[in-house]
Amino acid sequence: MKFTTTLLASSAIVGAGTLAFADAHGNMAKEMTLVSWGGAYQSSQDKAYVQPYLGMNSDVSAVWDESSAEAVAKLRAMNEAGNVTWDLVDVVAADAIRLCDEGLAMEIDADEVLAAAPDGTPASEDFGDLLVSDCFIPQIVYSTTFGYRTDMVGDTPPTKICDVFDLEAYPGKRALEKRPINNMEWALLCDGVEKADVYDVLATPEGQEKALAKLGTIKDSVIWWSAGADTPQLLADGEIVMGSTYNGRLFSVIEEQKQPVAMLWDAQVFDLDGWIIPAGLPADRLARVMDFVKFATDTQRLADQSQYISYGPARLSSAPMVGKHADLGIDMAPHMPTDPKNAENTFLYNYEFWADYRDDIDAKFQAWLAQ
Amino acid sequence: MSDVNTATTALDAERAEKEYSGPMLAADGTPLKRSLNRALRRQKMRALLLIAPLLIFVLVTFIAPIADMLFRSVENEIVQNTLPRTTKALDQWSGEDGTTPDAPVYKALYQDIYVAQERKLHTRLGSRLNYELTGASSLFRKSGRGVDDIGEVYQDQFEDLNAFWKKGENWNEIFGSDAWLAQIKDWKKASGTPQPVFEMRDGIAGIFPQTASYYLIFADFVQTVDEDNLYKEDPWPLIYSAFYDDMAGDTAAAIASYSGPGATEIAEAAAAAPGFETVDYKAAFVKIDKDWGASPIWGTIRAYSPKFTSGYFLNAVDMQKSADGPQLRPENERIYGTLFLRTLFMSVCITLSCILLGYPVGWILANLPARSANLLMILVLLPFWTSLLVRTSAWKVMLQQQGVVNDTLVWLGVVADDSRLALINNQTGTIIAMTHILLPFMILPLYSVMKTVPPSYLRAAKSLGATNWTAFWRVYFPQSVPGIGAGSILVFILSIGYYITPEIVGGTTGTFISNRIAYHISSSLNWGLAAALGAILLAVVLGLYYAYDKIVGIDNVKLGG
Repeated sequence: MKFTTTLLASSAIVGAGTLAFADAHGNMAKEMTLVSWGGAYQSSQDKAYVQPYLGMNSDVSAVWDESSAEAVAKLRAMNEAGNVTWDLVDVVAADAIRLCDEGLAMEIDADEVLAAAPDGTPASEDFGDLLVSDCFIPQIVYSTTFGYRTDMVGDTPPTKICDVFDLEAYPGKRALEKRPINNMEWALLCDGVEKADVYDVLATPEGQEKALAKLGTIKDSVIWWSAGADTPQLLADGEIVMGSTYNGRLFSVIEEQKQPVAMLWDAQVFDLDGWIIPAGLPADRLARVMDFVKFATDTQRLADQSQYISYGPARLSSAPMVGKHADLGIDMAPHMPTDPKNAENTFLYNYEFWADYRDDIDAKFQAWLAQ
Repeated sequence: MSDVNTATTALDAERAEKEYSGPMLAADGTPLKRSLNRALRRQKMRALLLIAPLLIFVLVTFIAPIADMLFRSVENEIVQNTLPRTTKALDQWSGEDGTTPDAPVYKALYQDIYVAQERKLHTRLGSRLNYELTGASSLFRKSGRGVDDIGEVYQDQFEDLNAFWKKGENWNEIFGSDAWLAQIKDWKKASGTPQPVFEMRDGIAGIFPQTASYYLIFADFVQTVDEDNLYKEDPWPLIYSAFYDDMAGDTAAAIASYSGPGATEIAEAAAAAPGFETVDYKAAFVKIDKDWGASPIWGTIRAYSPKFTSGYFLNAVDMQKSADGPQLRPENERIYGTLFLRTLFMSVCITLSCILLGYPVGWILANLPARSANLLMILVLLPFWTSLLVRTSAWKVMLQQQGVVNDTLVWLGVVADDSRLALINNQTGTIIAMTHILLPFMILPLYSVMKTVPPSYLRAAKSLGATNWTAFWRVYFPQSVPGIGAGSILVFILSIGYYITPEIVGGTTGTFISNRIAYHISSSLNWGLAAALGAILLAVVLGLYYAYDKIVGIDNVKLGG
């Protein structure tokens, strides 16, 4: 108890300090702490809107913290200690929903906080359905999909998701993520369940058994990954014949590292990544973050980001502005998960379903894995 | 004879009297014992002051957070704090499967959820209960959105009756004290002074008991959380439903004789209220989600309403609460027992392989001339100075099927190309990588103990006719046992809590209990369960340590000298 009080007291002093600072220098903080994933993705953010913003505001500085993978837990700990040091946090949509549920992220009014499209379409329409939570400011659409070794699949490369489950036609190891999400859906889909019924089936214990049984047919040939970089490495080393990961990671294996790898877009699962603003920021820091986020998520900035990474911009109005890769000079549109050719058969991560069933199905999935 | 006896007794008494001359005194006249004690105490205090910074540091940064974290394994205040009225009303319910509670519970639920959703606490409770009952998360999220409609039934009717009820000012005139009203009317948000704290009008709580109690909550929320001007704030729908309840409640007589502000409107409302359309709270909740009309959610709320719960610990040992007390989970959900056993088993394996590999190295280090020993020592310590993640990732490249080890074995013709060894993503991988990482923790204590064993002992044994083996086993080995003890404790306890290495190279069969703890801390946010698992792990380690002390004796452990 005492411990918390001390922390609270010290953070109150710190808070008072920043407030006094803000009063003396206008009402916006001069420093922002941005939290992201590190790697190529963070660098695309840095190039597309952080550096331009700092260029426009020479007295402001930004600090990156590569903690997005543990953002939910860390934010909760900061919140309990009463000292939130982050100003803007990049998280996947499922985490944004959870942070919103836990009261750790600030609810925002999209039309008020975010810039309208150049033609005047309000932000709430420009982002549309992608505003999956009241706290979430989407940036990109990415997908979890498969890549395969072109030199290990013979003359008939895989074209359907169910080829992943076909050990006879495509012998060898596969890499799947060490969590039930996505894998369960794919398993049901390849076990004859209609796409529209997948979640109804998965909600029942029998459906979960069914999915695990289907995954069981390839269990001995699966390497389970937990970091997004695992599958690209395994593919590059020829350790696996195919594996799931984020499409941007596969893009860099294929186009930047020129490995003999190709995409299997069938039944790719769309997911979103975006910002949340932590709840309870002091006024000066909040003002700065609001100013930044309005700039960083406008139509041009989101389109700019796609020059550096093959993730689709979350705004409708940004889509036509997607151009060429900044270094490779290749057209980015065909590499976007949202490109019509790639998006013939897609899934959208079912946030509500997984918010409810994650704990339950994960327990079963992990027990199944440990057997 | 008797005379002599008497004389001796008298002599004894005299001597005793002489000897007992009161306590021995120090120079300043205080008893020596006390003065000594005082000096000693002062010394102790001084010593304590010297270590005080460390003590406080350890207490604040180590003991307190751990205690706080472990406390979460039983703490469960959220249900009672978020649903105080519901949990109380729920005592009446029999809890039988297939039944649902009576109407008053649903009404209490409406009141609780309304207040909770204003404070954005309902979704937090939903996440908490979702650990126990799948679907609770969306149930509470939906209900938070739905409760607004329930209360508006009464709000609309009061407002249709008289526009007077639409205005926050009018409500404040009725429920606020005159002194407060005078202050709040002068107050401006822009002035920067704090808003005068709401004060209830004397006696009003006796006339409108329910409305008054919710009005206090409402006023507190508006003033401290929203920080809006309460005087202009229109009340929540919840206030209207409470107002209706008061009209139909026990205080009807007091309401009839009410003569304060708004008396005419209140009399009008009191007359009209019996004709109002009423709300069936149960039906309203079932309409929001049919789960409210079934027993599981109510059983869960009731089972988890006490401030403390054994639920997390039950979960941590693969059990769950049920109507008939704790019982084992269904087989396809049991995992923690397996993981605990696996963690212990693999830690023992890692410790044994560290002894096996470390002992000869320690012996060589201790017996080589100082210069070559130092060089070898650097080789032992070098991996120690390399990042853990780098070392683990390097093992991946080494051990995978297309990796260095397998390539070499194929080249040597030891294994066939199509049957390469699976050395990673399983228990073998974890044991190899962790043995490598923890080896220095075994070698260092071994080395420092072996260094103290005089080489002359071995020579003496041999000159007395012992064979090499006997000399080693009977003379040298017993003296190196304290080093093995110290190294084993270090390696075993470190490996039992490892999680990065098993996560990267362990696949599915080589992961530890700590991987699950990490998952519950950072992914599922089920900190209670993580704390329970951690507490069990801590207890197991302490238990093993105690057993070690009893069997081997902790005095026999040496880190050196």
